[in-house]
Amino acid sequence: MSSVRVLVGTHKGAFILNSDGKRKNWKVDGPFFAGWDIYHVKGSPVDPDRIYASQTSDWFGQIIQRSDDGGKTWNIPGGEKLPNPYEPPAGQSNKFAYDTSTATGKPLTTHQWYDGTQHPWEFKRVWHLEPSFTDSNTVYAGVEDAALFKTVNGGKSWNELAGLRGHRSGSQWAPGAGGMGLHTILLNQKKMDRMYVAISAAGVFRSDDGGKNWKPVNRGLVSKHMPNPEAEVGHCVHHIALHQSRPDILFMQKHWDVMRSDNAGDSWEEVSGNLPTDFGFAIEVHAHEPETIYVIPIKSDSEHFPMEGKLRVYRSKTGGNEWEALTKGLPQENCYVNVLRDAMAVDSLDSCGIYFGTTGGQVYVSPDSGDNWSAIVRDLPAVYSVEVQTLK
Amino acid sequence: MIRVELPYHLRKLAKLGKVVELNVHDPVTQHTVIDAIESKYPMLTGTIRDHTTQQLRPFLRIYACSEDLSLNSPDIPLPEKVRSGKEPLLIIGAIAGG
Repeated sequence: MSSVRVLVGTHKGAFILNSDGKRKNWKVDGPFFAGWDIYHVKGSPVDPDRIYASQTSDWFGQIIQRSDDGGKTWNIPGGEKLPNPYEPPAGQSNKFAYDTSTATGKPLTTHQWYDGTQHPWEFKRVWHLEPSFTDSNTVYAGVEDAALFKTVNGGKSWNELAGLRGHRSGSQWAPGAGGMGLHTILLNQKKMDRMYVAISAAGVFRSDDGGKNWKPVNRGLVSKHMPNPEAEVGHCVHHIALHQSRPDILFMQKHWDVMRSDNAGDSWEEVSGNLPTDFGFAIEVHAHEPETIYVIPIKSDSEHFPMEGKLRVYRSKTGGNEWEALTKGLPQENCYVNVLRDAMAVDSLDSCGIYFGTTGGQVYVSPDSGDNWSAIVRDLPAVYSVEVQTLK
Repeated sequence: MIRVELPYHLRKLAKLGKVVELNVHDPVTQHTVIDAIESKYPMLTGTIRDHTTQQLRPFLRIYACSEDLSLNSPDIPLPEKVRSGKEPLLIIGAIAGG
């Protein structure tokens, strides 16, 4: 029988929630890495027991953790045993050094700072880990200050794909309120060389050659806070999502506005439609219905909580514009939590499960595509990220 | 033998007790002690000082013999009591919060 494993990153550790396919009874394990910020935890599509976690701290910097047994035990890749001559030196798994070499790198330029001055790129943390569809040792990492890194040895060492940070528009990228993070990485099973990343606040970038070269794909985005609202870069894109069956169709939750692109990001159109507010962070696509998408509207960029204290997921079965509120089982009064960009996910069981975590520490599940909701757990630390593994 | 007290989270990360003992060749400095920590416990590399800049992380402090050594040059010898193992070198996470 199928089962699901939900990987939750929080402000004070990671948690793993397990259930059978009914998704009624849950076993909660954790906290793992107690006391640390866990920005993201994600499993390999190739080997579901291979899970990677980004553990970070203002005191001690970045740590990468890896489990090879489905989260029961964890190790720092290359952290304990002395390497053999064919492996990278030990203690490199948390080294995210921008590649400035003449052979493969790009000069370490500057980006725009909050006050409009230029500021050097400085690594702070890993926001997102995206394991490859074909190799459990290959993982992409999106980091702050925005750049893309890759490991091909299970996290023992990382190299920057410097063509992104070195893009000519880099001096116009600026941090959002949470920093200048590369927070979304979309890979595709059909078009292996095509990748998308999203950066706050720069926008969406696409590579068609496996990450060597990148182009901004933000035409159609309008951000009124910018001097040029339709600029090539500078947009505060909060999250993007796609369905693996249609890699050229993208959905976006921007700072304000919900958008879609039918041409791999070459142009975007707004599909906010009848949403009560089009500010938000998370957006996801149904596992089996590529035109069914989900957002969780948040009141505004000044008030990061649901409107009227009602926690409502909105679903569109038409790829946007026409939205319905999903409320059954969700609090409809006095709810003032936020749902962050990486904190919503879907499983791939026949009856698609939708999951999201809140800054109030709840993780909710709907086992029926959003019609009914219940809390798996209510009192975790603030949830940063939620990922789901569907296990056969 | 040099004795070093690590902060709680680094002890948990490396599965160590409160005090670690290290063989450090002369000169015994902040720099060479951290080198020895990173060599013996590679999983701690980059957690006390930045991988690239080699600067002490901003929220960490280094104390010994009731003195704050954090702003000293990392290459000057540590106090004799630390070098002889009578006193530990303390690596402390800054207290933050309300």
